[in-house]
Amino acid sequence: MKDPKTVSRRWFIEECAIGLGAMALSQLLGTARAATADPLAPKRPHHPPKAKNVIFLFMAGAPSHLELFDHKPQLAKFDGTLPPAELLKGYRAAFINPNSKLLGPRYRFVRAGKSGVEISELLPHTAQIVDEIAIIKSMVTDAFNHAPGQLLMNTGSQQFGRPSMGAWVTYGLGSESKDLPAFVVFSSGKKGPSGGSSCWGSGFLPTVYQGVQFRSSGDPVLYLSNPKGVDNQLQRDSLDSIQRLNQMHLERTGDPEIATRINSFEMAFRMQTSAPELMDLSKEPKQILELYGAEPGKPSFANNCLLARRLVERGVRFVQLYHEAWDQHQNLVKDLATNCRDTDRASAALVLDLKQRGLLDETLVIWGGEFGRTPMVQGGSDGRDHHPNAFTMWLAGGGVKAGLVLGESDELGFNVARDKVHVHDLHATILHLLGFDHVKLTYRFQGRDFRLTDVHGNVVEKLLA
Amino acid sequence: MKAVLLLVVSALTSAVAQDRSPGIDFVQQIQPVFEKNCYGCHGAKAQLGGLRLDSKKLAFAGGQSGPAIVAGNAEKSPLYQRIAGIGDQARMPMGGKPLEASQIAAIRDWINQGAFWPDGVGVQNAEIKKHWAFVPPKRPALPAVRNRSWPRNPIDYFILARLEKEGLMPAPQADKVTLLRRLSLDLIGLPPTIAEVEAFLNDKSHNAYEKQVERLLASPHYGERWARHWLDAARYADSDGFEKDKPRWVWFYRDWVISALNRDMPYDRFLIEQLAGDLLPNATQQQRVATGFLRNSMINEEGGIDPEQFRMEAMFDRMDAIGKSILGLTIQCGQCHNHKYDPLTQEDYYRMFAFLNNSHEAAIAVYTEDEERKRQQVLEQIRQIERDLQQRKPDWEAAMAAWEEKVRHNQPRWIVLKPEVDDISTGGQKYLLQEDLSLLAAGYAPTKHKAKFTLRTDQKRITALRLDLLNDPNLPLGGPGRSIKGTGALTEIEIEAAPAGDDSDPRKVKIVQATASVNPPEKELEPIFFDKSKNRRVTGPIAFAIDGDDNTAWGIDIGPVRRNQPQNAVFVFEKPVENPNGTVLTVYLSQRHGGWNSDDNQNHNLGRIRLSITDDDRAAADPVPAQVREILAIPRAQRTAAQQQAVFSYWRTSVPEWAEANQRVEELWRQHPEGTSQLVLQERETPRPTHILVRGDFLKPGKRVEPGTPAFLHPMPAGAPRNRLGFAQWITDRNSPTTARAMVNRIWQSYFGAGLVQTSEDLGKQSEPPSHPELLDWLAVEFMDQGWSMKHLHRLIVTSATYQQSSKVSRELLERDPFNRLLARGPRFRVEGEIVRDIALAASGLLNPKIGGPSVYAPAPDFLFLPPASYGPKQWHEETGENRYRRALYTFRYRSVPYPMLQAFDTPNGDMACVRRSRSNTPLQALTTLNEPLFLEAARALALKTVREGGPTDAERLEYAFRRCLARKPEPRESAELLGLLRRQAERFRSGEADPAGLVEKAPTGVDAAELGGWVAVSRVLLNLDETITKE
Repeated sequence: MKDPKTVSRRWFIEECAIGLGAMALSQLLGTARAATADPLAPKRPHHPPKAKNVIFLFMAGAPSHLELFDHKPQLAKFDGTLPPAELLKGYRAAFINPNSKLLGPRYRFVRAGKSGVEISELLPHTAQIVDEIAIIKSMVTDAFNHAPGQLLMNTGSQQFGRPSMGAWVTYGLGSESKDLPAFVVFSSGKKGPSGGSSCWGSGFLPTVYQGVQFRSSGDPVLYLSNPKGVDNQLQRDSLDSIQRLNQMHLERTGDPEIATRINSFEMAFRMQTSAPELMDLSKEPKQILELYGAEPGKPSFANNCLLARRLVERGVRFVQLYHEAWDQHQNLVKDLATNCRDTDRASAALVLDLKQRGLLDETLVIWGGEFGRTPMVQGGSDGRDHHPNAFTMWLAGGGVKAGLVLGESDELGFNVARDKVHVHDLHATILHLLGFDHVKLTYRFQGRDFRLTDVHGNVVEKLLA
Repeated sequence: MKAVLLLVVSALTSAVAQDRSPGIDFVQQIQPVFEKNCYGCHGAKAQLGGLRLDSKKLAFAGGQSGPAIVAGNAEKSPLYQRIAGIGDQARMPMGGKPLEASQIAAIRDWINQGAFWPDGVGVQNAEIKKHWAFVPPKRPALPAVRNRSWPRNPIDYFILARLEKEGLMPAPQADKVTLLRRLSLDLIGLPPTIAEVEAFLNDKSHNAYEKQVERLLASPHYGERWARHWLDAARYADSDGFEKDKPRWVWFYRDWVISALNRDMPYDRFLIEQLAGDLLPNATQQQRVATGFLRNSMINEEGGIDPEQFRMEAMFDRMDAIGKSILGLTIQCGQCHNHKYDPLTQEDYYRMFAFLNNSHEAAIAVYTEDEERKRQQVLEQIRQIERDLQQRKPDWEAAMAAWEEKVRHNQPRWIVLKPEVDDISTGGQKYLLQEDLSLLAAGYAPTKHKAKFTLRTDQKRITALRLDLLNDPNLPLGGPGRSIKGTGALTEIEIEAAPAGDDSDPRKVKIVQATASVNPPEKELEPIFFDKSKNRRVTGPIAFAIDGDDNTAWGIDIGPVRRNQPQNAVFVFEKPVENPNGTVLTVYLSQRHGGWNSDDNQNHNLGRIRLSITDDDRAAADPVPAQVREILAIPRAQRTAAQQQAVFSYWRTSVPEWAEANQRVEELWRQHPEGTSQLVLQERETPRPTHILVRGDFLKPGKRVEPGTPAFLHPMPAGAPRNRLGFAQWITDRNSPTTARAMVNRIWQSYFGAGLVQTSEDLGKQSEPPSHPELLDWLAVEFMDQGWSMKHLHRLIVTSATYQQSSKVSRELLERDPFNRLLARGPRFRVEGEIVRDIALAASGLLNPKIGGPSVYAPAPDFLFLPPASYGPKQWHEETGENRYRRALYTFRYRSVPYPMLQAFDTPNGDMACVRRSRSNTPLQALTTLNEPLFLEAARALALKTVREGGPTDAERLEYAFRRCLARKPEPRESAELLGLLRRQAERFRSGEADPAGLVEKAPTGVDAAELGGWVAVSRVLLNLDETITKE
């Protein structure tokens, strides 16, 4: 494709005829069509996709797989003893001396679903949907610090400068929303994500593919509201004047970029109406609000989950919800309970709600963080350090085999014992579900074809429905 | 079974290989395998790694990593190793399925049998073509053109020759107003004022345009405009990046770039100072500041990181920045493996890496010109007092010598012990063991922690413990602490002792006496260390470290410069610790005098510490500073005058009759300016070894390499030192094939929207072929011939006929050349994000034109800098004074929270070097210019200025406002549109349909609010026009 860095959103030509002498305009511009492809126009992937949209519930800080999904009775048995020396060979930990005592799971597990999957007592709502999701107990990553770990999970590289998954997907599929961004990001929890805005950046891809941060209260998008003293009439009148003057200049210079500008302003104006409507949860039925645990006007992960569904309904391609709260070096017991209370109900509700609306088939929901936590204790008996060798994530919808438990870790939850899924493999699989051969979704930069999976990644066939 | 069989066969065939009878037939068995599997990358089309396997001569010549085939020895032949997957290089065929075992065996046998390749088989006269960008540019002759009257300078010949070849005509010259606005935006990044436009229109001289060029090139705003370009490439930002993303002080570097450009520093010099300014003879402060270029890498101080891992990440980033922004080459492939397309090997990469790998990550105090003047004054006055003292006491040298004899041996014997660090106790801070058994604090810096160290000794008797606080170039201002001023505070020290071999029951050691080399008076903590408690927290003398009070600490801050000296403290035990088999001492250093936010620069930790013990009963802190002790160890006759003076400066403080003079010196020190911190490089005394890192993993060092440059490029200049300076000289050598081309290409890119080579970050084999290769070379040679003068290059480009063309485009031309690569018209595109903001500020008259200084907090929503939008709470004290309206170049740049207005307009965030920005056109940009507060302020200011200064009639006023934004005058239909808007809105305000109060805020007396409101509406429309933010 032509280098989209020099191209802009010119779907105007195809889509918009907003009363600005559109006929003459399209005649003028029709010939330049090749040069004016809209980088966000919907595109067809390599093969028929299972999923059209993605909602990634990013549990930033790294949740403990050992308390939530990966039940290890042997870890309980060896609680208080040192781990086997051979396990620690070459192992690096962030904070602790790796040769620290093992810590048994601090919460009980219950069996749930048709298959009797073991799941933490802290996740009663997720327990209700285990037959809808595929749990991967054999995730591995390369990073054991937050920022690099989050970057790897989002961009396929621990180094800055690579496009995020949402950017790749938007680049590959374009947008189906005319008045909302294609890639939307929310943030809740105690902090923002460690990787900062690079987690949803466009890297070397054109900036139109970067994620747009939404807030769950106030103006969802920065500068969405008219500024002080500008009422709707003035805004509309001003816009009309801008458009007419731009139109005059377009006729004068012939640069189709001006047509794009005209369209951008019109879409901005539409977004001023559509975004508040999107954010207004008060019209959601009571039972839906209850299902999620959402409260209109009160920012929360639950509200963000409900908003994610509303975004997907409106054609937004990729929604990412960061909930940064899971870094339990200490206060493991108390904080895990808090975090599960804040996220469990809404995560499960999202899957159920998408399903009841018939959206789950085409929406891939992903739950997980940047790594897992050590089977070894940090501090006295109430904390775990960062652990890249084994952790758990789950996927739902979008062509994923429901009710599957994939892989397992060893008896201590330290290493993966079976069906290892590296982050790159997860990325390859996500792209596959969206209709891409991950090896072929590339972008040329600095003389090289880059891809999300770098030089790695295998589609995890077992995950596919 | 098959494998066994093959083995047997191979044993048999190698036995007969001696007589060169060809067991394996090349044509039948080998060539087809090569053809099917290898020619794609190692044939006529491509020669990856410089290897071609379709030609006998070239196949045996081998590639960039040497011969591929060692006839008679498959095991030693890289060709065989790579297809068989032996060794750590990637297996061939790269990215494809491995060859079949039988094919691999055949190739092995073929090689073992002597690799017989019959003459005449394969491609004859094949060659490996050297890529154009790897050959130094030569000045080409100007091409012939038919239209001899059009060219104004050599550039135009190249452009026109191509246009004529394509059957295209250049566009007519743009009108004067458009041209001046274009020129002004290009050269200084600001639109012309009405007066400037008038002056140009009224100047009928033949060189009127050239005069404008000179005026703008001489403007100090030229440096600002073009600094921003370089700062993209230099990945400049005001914060560390990664999770903590703490503010850093690097604006001296930014100002250095502005100043260097304004002075038209030759580009080769510009590069040398940035790469190795610190290594130049008698390096000035500014030359050291220039090395901030390499220090613009991110710093990760997330809890629990391995500092070496992220030092390496920063090294990779520096290599990438040099590759992209200076060499115009993609070199980071070499981090893990040989470049796939260009002849750069992994070893080449690490040899260049070795030039950079020998530096400390330093932060030094730097001074503005005023501060430096003051500083020199203070130091001179001190020197004067000391000279007076020496004159008044002619026998001072004898007296000082006597003192020296007295103090030379007055210290007890201290035994330095190697501390073991309790990882948990450090709160995520790493204490790195140094060769002298000291510990250097690095990585995350908790604001409150109590570090636990274990010391083991076989000494039978211990009477006291000594704590040394040492300098280190890697600490802020050299330390000895980790605060931004290089200070630290010891809240409390506690010691436990147990007999060696049985440390189950350690006993607390009571400290009865604490002495220190410095005992500052009690002082409340500075606001930066505020911890949100109500406690009165202080630093002061050493007694504060043993008083059991967490609110008091031993501090070392005795003012600028002198706070950054080593100190020591000695803690005497109530009773000697005596154990016949030795002792295990546990030392707790409580450091709790930092602030509340560990995600900001609020730590107050000790930076580099050393612990030692003695059995001497009269142990006390050594008042003689460590640096004076070092001089005392040098025989007097061998000391320099400066060293002798340093001894004097300390000794005089101990002379009682000089109390008054000493007091005056103290007062002078208090006048010494604080200065500003700046990240720089500082060369290590002992070289750090560099290894090839296997697959780029810093935990897998491979072969050790020495500094060197890639063989496929030019050699090191004769006499260049084998260090960073020599590397910089190599990069700026006249024979460098890419240095000048890369820069010329990028400057071209910023004028015309695309470089002559579109892929300006990579001129290597995978780059897009240049649109005008001869022009690129001509410009590169001209650039170097004219002393690497960037202003000369700018002058040349903007005075060309090519540049001065009208940017109006016909349908036919748009279809023919949509991206204007042929340049049959002038450039037209939206200006960069910073300039979008600057245009609004300039047009409205709000712009504060001040050059340089600390970055500013332009208006932005608070929540962005607070969790959960940002990882940690960040400082953003929105400017209310004149700094509110500084050029966007000065807006503080947090890497993790980019400034929203600039981000919307494609400004890179400094994560990595960027030499080519995106240029998008989105609804978010429209929302920004319509609704962002500063744009509204600009509209309001423009309206007020218009009403006050625009003239008596609406038509005059409109023309005034219009020209402030667009330089040109409005056309009648444009006036009609805008005056219609004015009347409509003023009427709405007058009739009470809408309230102008919010829009105009406070209308000054004598100005009608309704009318002013109408003008705000008009101004806002003007500031939002496509043309306003476009270089026409």
